[in-house]
Amino acid sequence: MEIILSIAIGVMTSCGVWLILRPRTYQVIIGLSLLSYAVNLFIFGVGGVKTNVPPILSDDVAISTLADPVPQALVLTAIVIGFATTALFLVVLLASRGLTGTDHVDGRSDPK
Amino acid sequence: MIDWSHHLIIAPILLPLMAAALLLFIDERQRVAKAMISLGSTLLLAAVSLVLFRIESGPNGFDGVYLLGNWAAPFGIVLVLDGLSALMLLLTAVLAIAALVYSLARWHAVGAHFHTMFQLLLMGLNGAFLTGDLFNLFVFFEVMLAASYGLLLHGSGPLRVKAGMHYIAVNLAAALLFLIGVSLIYGTAGTLNMADLAARIPQIEPDRRMLMEAGVGVLGIAFLIKAGMWPLCFWLPTAYSAASAPVAGIFAILSKLGIYIILRLTMLLFGDGPSAGFGSSVLLYGGMATLIFGTIGVLASQALGRLAGFSVLVSSGTLLMVLGINDGAISSGALLYLVSSTLTISAFFMLIELVERGQDAGAHVLAVTMEAYGDAEEDEPEEGDGVTMPGTMAILGTCFAACGLLLSGLPPLSGFVAKFAMLSAMMGTGAIGVPPTAAVWVLIILVILSGVAALISMTRAGIRTFWSSIEGTVPRVLVIEIVPVMFLLALTLVLTVRAEPAMQYMDATIRTLSNPRIYIDAVRNTAVVESPDAGIISDGKGD
Repeated sequence: MEIILSIAIGVMTSCGVWLILRPRTYQVIIGLSLLSYAVNLFIFGVGGVKTNVPPILSDDVAISTLADPVPQALVLTAIVIGFATTALFLVVLLASRGLTGTDHVDGRSDPK
Repeated sequence: MIDWSHHLIIAPILLPLMAAALLLFIDERQRVAKAMISLGSTLLLAAVSLVLFRIESGPNGFDGVYLLGNWAAPFGIVLVLDGLSALMLLLTAVLAIAALVYSLARWHAVGAHFHTMFQLLLMGLNGAFLTGDLFNLFVFFEVMLAASYGLLLHGSGPLRVKAGMHYIAVNLAAALLFLIGVSLIYGTAGTLNMADLAARIPQIEPDRRMLMEAGVGVLGIAFLIKAGMWPLCFWLPTAYSAASAPVAGIFAILSKLGIYIILRLTMLLFGDGPSAGFGSSVLLYGGMATLIFGTIGVLASQALGRLAGFSVLVSSGTLLMVLGINDGAISSGALLYLVSSTLTISAFFMLIELVERGQDAGAHVLAVTMEAYGDAEEDEPEEGDGVTMPGTMAILGTCFAACGLLLSGLPPLSGFVAKFAMLSAMMGTGAIGVPPTAAVWVLIILVILSGVAALISMTRAGIRTFWSSIEGTVPRVLVIEIVPVMFLLALTLVLTVRAEPAMQYMDATIRTLSNPRIYIDAVRNTAVVESPDAGIISDGKGD
């Protein structure tokens, strides 16, 4: 479980980093999305990877098996904020495409 | 029952939030109503900040812990007001008034929702200055950034959209680093409350502490991007010079937010104990590199906007170096420098637009340079009605000269006082009396050289703008545009005249900061309010 999670985070991060270094705005935004998925999984992981345990304290649950609720709350906030900022960035990309006529990040036309 | 003034702590967050929400309901055509609400909220904010500042600078000292939702500190969310945050709140409010009044002349009308975004920016800034835990810092940081994206794009045009796109991409990546850092800290220390974290650091086992330090390092990168440390600063001059004048005026404080958080966290977490001095060499050498880069940039700038953008870097670099040394007397001089340079740069950004208005945009700038930074004509808004300033050139010239003096740190204005306070502390002639080390000598030389560079550049730009353009048309400047600039410059004059009480305040602030126990105990020992009625009574007064 931990191995799969770490590999998933690693793969998404490396793809994301590669993509945000690309010259097309579309690649940049996909890269940022991939990175934010990786970061969200990472936040989720720091609370300890546990399946099928509640984050709510009650008498019949031992504290050692309890899922940590704080990373879950954090990741929820991070998802919402990431979603909003990505949407905003998309609008800027479209505006840039409209103003410059190209989807190059510097507004330059293709050298080809 | 808490004193009513205690509830004022949350007002700097609630006030702009409510004003922003209210502004959304008003139609874009009702400009006067929108402007009045925005201005009213900002003035009220300034009044609140002033009251908080006076409370904080009074004899009572440190009691500004506000438990949101009445939960005790490590479990609930806290707002903490101390000398440093009160100072930053006041500085934000002052800049906000100046930028807002300036924008009322014409800029606020060139796009939609200027006032809403402006108020949200203030809310994010104030929240980030007040918050006492790392995750809320992230939330307020994002609120501030989201509003700043909108404000940077305000006025549109290809240049702004391009700069805005880079700015957003860089800051989104920085936000992800922020999250990684925060979650690493939570994973190793088990808390996000700054005071609780500081108290727990000595108890973390060494192998986990390494991971925690890595987390703080990643977190620090996010703030260093915001503060513009070399090599994370290449977006900054372009973005700041592309922004419309009032927006750039308020953006002057954004890079100081990065500095503020780094100052707060290093003093609190790494003041003493096993991780003492973590990251200080990065700050020292990074600050030096930033200062060198900024100085070269200032010398190389052809356009005034770029010059101001690189001045932001010079100011950031100086402050980062001082944070790297982490010495009490130098730091209090640096705080004064922070206030003085923020006021100056904000005034300078707003002044540039007025000065350049009368000129042919490309006349004084090499054509090659213009091409490199984008040569498209911007859609400048229509000039509004209003009283035109008499003797325009004389006043603009005086303000320009004042900015030059402040940026280069020459007497008689506060730039000199602040630099003198820093340098004399570095030379060991101040309170500590320690002879400077080699690194400090390098630092002294760099600070002086950056002043010389600013002087050369400002003189060159001033001659080109005011003396050589005989047939140049006199710019049409409205009173409400030049008054904010003069207001900010007058404040630096006040800072000069009242340098002694100002320095005393900075000293007291740094003294409180350098003893993290004060902060930790204040946050941990704040008891929840017993009576359920107290919360209800205060609701109406708090906002």
